[in-house]
Amino acid sequence: MNTKFDVLIIGGGVVGSAIARELSRYRLKIGVLEKNPDVCLETSGRNTGVCHGGFAYDIGSLKARFCVEGNRMMGDLAKELDFPFERCGKVLVGNTPEEYDRLLEVIAQGEANGASGMRMVDEEELHRLVPGVVGKFAMFSENSGILDPFLMTIALAENAVHNGAAYFLEHEVTGIERSGEDYLVTTARGTFLTRWVINSAGLNCGAVSDMLGLKGYRIVYSKDDYIILDQRLGRDLPMPIYTVPSNTYMGIHVSLTTDGNVLLGPTAEDTDNNHWYGVEAKNLEYLEREAKTIWPHFTRGDYIRTYSGILPKWADEDGKIQDYKIEIRDDIAPRAVNLVGIESPGLTSAVPIARYVIGLMQEREKFEENERFDPIRRGIRRFADMSAQEQAQAIREDPDYGELVCRCQKVTRAELLQAVRSPLGVRTVTGVKYRTRAMMGRCQGGYCQMRITRMLEEELGIPVKEITYAREGSQLFFGKVRED
Amino acid sequence: MPVVKAPVTEKKKVDVLIVGGGPAGLAAAVRLYDKGIRSILIAEREAQLGGILRQCIHDGFGLTRFGESLSGPEYAARFIDEVKQRNIPYITMAAVTQITPEKEVTIVTRERLLIVEAGAVVLAMGCRERTRGALAIPGERPAGVFTAGVAQAYINLYNRMPAREVIILGSGDIGMIMARRLTLEGAHVKAVFEVAPYPSGLPRNIQQCLNDYGIPLYLSHTVTQIHGEKRLEGVTVSEVDEHFTPIPGTEQYYECDTLILSVGLIPENELSLDAGVVLDPRTRGAVVDEHLMTGCDGIFAAGNVLHVHDLVDFVSMEAERLADAAARYLEGSLKGRGQLEIVCSDPVHHTVPQLFGAEEPFELSLRVKRPLENVTVYARQGETIVGKKKMRRALPAEMITLQVKPVSRMKLEVSAE
Repeated sequence: MNTKFDVLIIGGGVVGSAIARELSRYRLKIGVLEKNPDVCLETSGRNTGVCHGGFAYDIGSLKARFCVEGNRMMGDLAKELDFPFERCGKVLVGNTPEEYDRLLEVIAQGEANGASGMRMVDEEELHRLVPGVVGKFAMFSENSGILDPFLMTIALAENAVHNGAAYFLEHEVTGIERSGEDYLVTTARGTFLTRWVINSAGLNCGAVSDMLGLKGYRIVYSKDDYIILDQRLGRDLPMPIYTVPSNTYMGIHVSLTTDGNVLLGPTAEDTDNNHWYGVEAKNLEYLEREAKTIWPHFTRGDYIRTYSGILPKWADEDGKIQDYKIEIRDDIAPRAVNLVGIESPGLTSAVPIARYVIGLMQEREKFEENERFDPIRRGIRRFADMSAQEQAQAIREDPDYGELVCRCQKVTRAELLQAVRSPLGVRTVTGVKYRTRAMMGRCQGGYCQMRITRMLEEELGIPVKEITYAREGSQLFFGKVRED
Repeated sequence: MPVVKAPVTEKKKVDVLIVGGGPAGLAAAVRLYDKGIRSILIAEREAQLGGILRQCIHDGFGLTRFGESLSGPEYAARFIDEVKQRNIPYITMAAVTQITPEKEVTIVTRERLLIVEAGAVVLAMGCRERTRGALAIPGERPAGVFTAGVAQAYINLYNRMPAREVIILGSGDIGMIMARRLTLEGAHVKAVFEVAPYPSGLPRNIQQCLNDYGIPLYLSHTVTQIHGEKRLEGVTVSEVDEHFTPIPGTEQYYECDTLILSVGLIPENELSLDAGVVLDPRTRGAVVDEHLMTGCDGIFAAGNVLHVHDLVDFVSMEAERLADAAARYLEGSLKGRGQLEIVCSDPVHHTVPQLFGAEEPFELSLRVKRPLENVTVYARQGETIVGKKKMRRALPAEMITLQVKPVSRMKLEVSAE
């Protein structure tokens, strides 16, 4: 790689992509190095997808500050970038006097953090807000919401690309060296020269810190298993239900996605492994049992899929979880922004984190504004969201809108093609899935996946054996049955 | 200002709209035509008629209906030819996206959005396969976990080889047929595991697809963990107790790159639910009367969308009975769904229909919960026996049919003794 970058961002999760997008407001040559074949394949996409209110974090912490700020701006951001977000509110339900007092503390903490719209509701109002919930009272947070974490990250990344940033997928960083005033970043696919480097590597933030010479950060991992339930159930759940949080665990939630699926989770178990995403049998039983105590309206027949996510947390020597660490150490690694322990509420906080990062950079170097910056990004127009009249019009303009490929999610060939041809370039089956919802329904691609893999082959012009499911090496086929 | 163009949706009226051009829809169409109904439209989402039969290239179809063994495409062709000879209208690449209780049906095609007002609607959407997610098998989510039908489509329709070293979970018929198919195409099928203490597919498939190829079948076993970050690397298999709970200490690891699931079929009733059709939790198909009418007046269901069949021959024959009833409905001689109850007791799992309306003979389908020997199935109204069938053996895998002649308006009780 001969060209020199002004800024290289390590990690294409929601934070890395938010930094890329916010930095593209300036006249800088920006590159994002992502180890996976797509953005949002680790922590950013594997969570509850809640836009948090900001009441659950220590007063004065960066987590609290960014979360409150991020929550406030989420409506405008979602409009600008065209990703699903609903300010549906959220309840934290309790039953005992101790839990009542704890919720009052949560409200007080939230108010001290600058959050608003939190109040206690009695059983009657609780059941008006969320019919079917089990609980004697609740804290209601009207500003909490839900968002689509994949589409939020994809939207940020696409808008960054639209404004000139470049994404390098399947470029895992293996080393960083100083080269005069610059950094030489080595990846699985070549070396990059850059003036600034940003560590937003998420689960690998510790390893990248070490590469920058910023040693000694202790990262612990917390693994969360989830169960996804049928969309039909989401019609009866207007907002996420949480239990009363302790200082360290938010408790089990019955939440919902912007597509209407109900989520049960998370389990929050400590782990040393930051890449094993298996869901354990004991956790499935635990989630079923615990979720039923607050929302008993599901059976195993409603299960669609399970998933798991891992959060990187920065812990001190005693194991106490710390606040976000965002630093530039001019003495050890000048022009390197180090982000450590970026965990929940990372989705909500992503853009405020990005702006904070840029603030730190601008204390050291003035960036010129990019007058051509365009904040608007348009997503794929969903057939399922159109009125009959709009559907008819869309078909008239593009017959591919009249070819339904995924029956249960009502996804048309037009949307699938838009996904494959989108700015980041989609090379995997899950890349299509997260952008369009195809294969996310009850049959899990039983009807449409053959059509989608064939479309990928045709569009990408790659051999059968190179069609992959999600990660590098997740090969779907061993070849043809018969040569043509 | 955008100019408002003429309406881009197209409206149309038909006597009968048939949702799905598979075996049930085709048989219903032909019989309706022969009953004098001319205004018919079949909406098929694929590019060709035939439904799932298109990918079932093995033989054994038609033994009951035609008295000879046909492949799936051959069986379908018999009905497709009949449809074409009669010039019964059909559209392909036509996906039904909505059915209202008033029988207004929305169809999406590459040309237009079509709204059809139908006098009667025939639900013939077939079924879908249970997935890994629905079973919530613990472990990772690598590539290489396929339902049997998906693997079958890849091999038979798409010319893609999805497997080399294979474990099959579930002894459903498609799973066993795929064990043979994969073997013939050079894959190595290591074993089939079935959670129940008896096979869930037909005895002839156990013989012809497993035994003949030396593929072992292990009963009371299930997959308890899926391993592999990228492509599947292996599965852990455990023995289960009588409650299907894995027994600790019995875990065995099998290296494989492919896990094929044949763990049950579920009637595809998303459209029916949106129309307001009430389902039977046992069959997961509509609650119908002896005319196969659902709770929505003029909406009928037959084939695998109503209850999962083991033989396509019975699907066709059920759809023909549906057509007889739908023709009567269109004449006006049939109104509303019957309200008289049909109840069943253990070991009968369910019956179809679940209701009846008149003192007329009809055919009842049922399944038993477990394998039985020397058993007699009875249908009684009070003390009176109104249907009876003696059998040397009854298997959960085999649908049982029984002719019933109600003699009163009392509820019908079905038992196996």
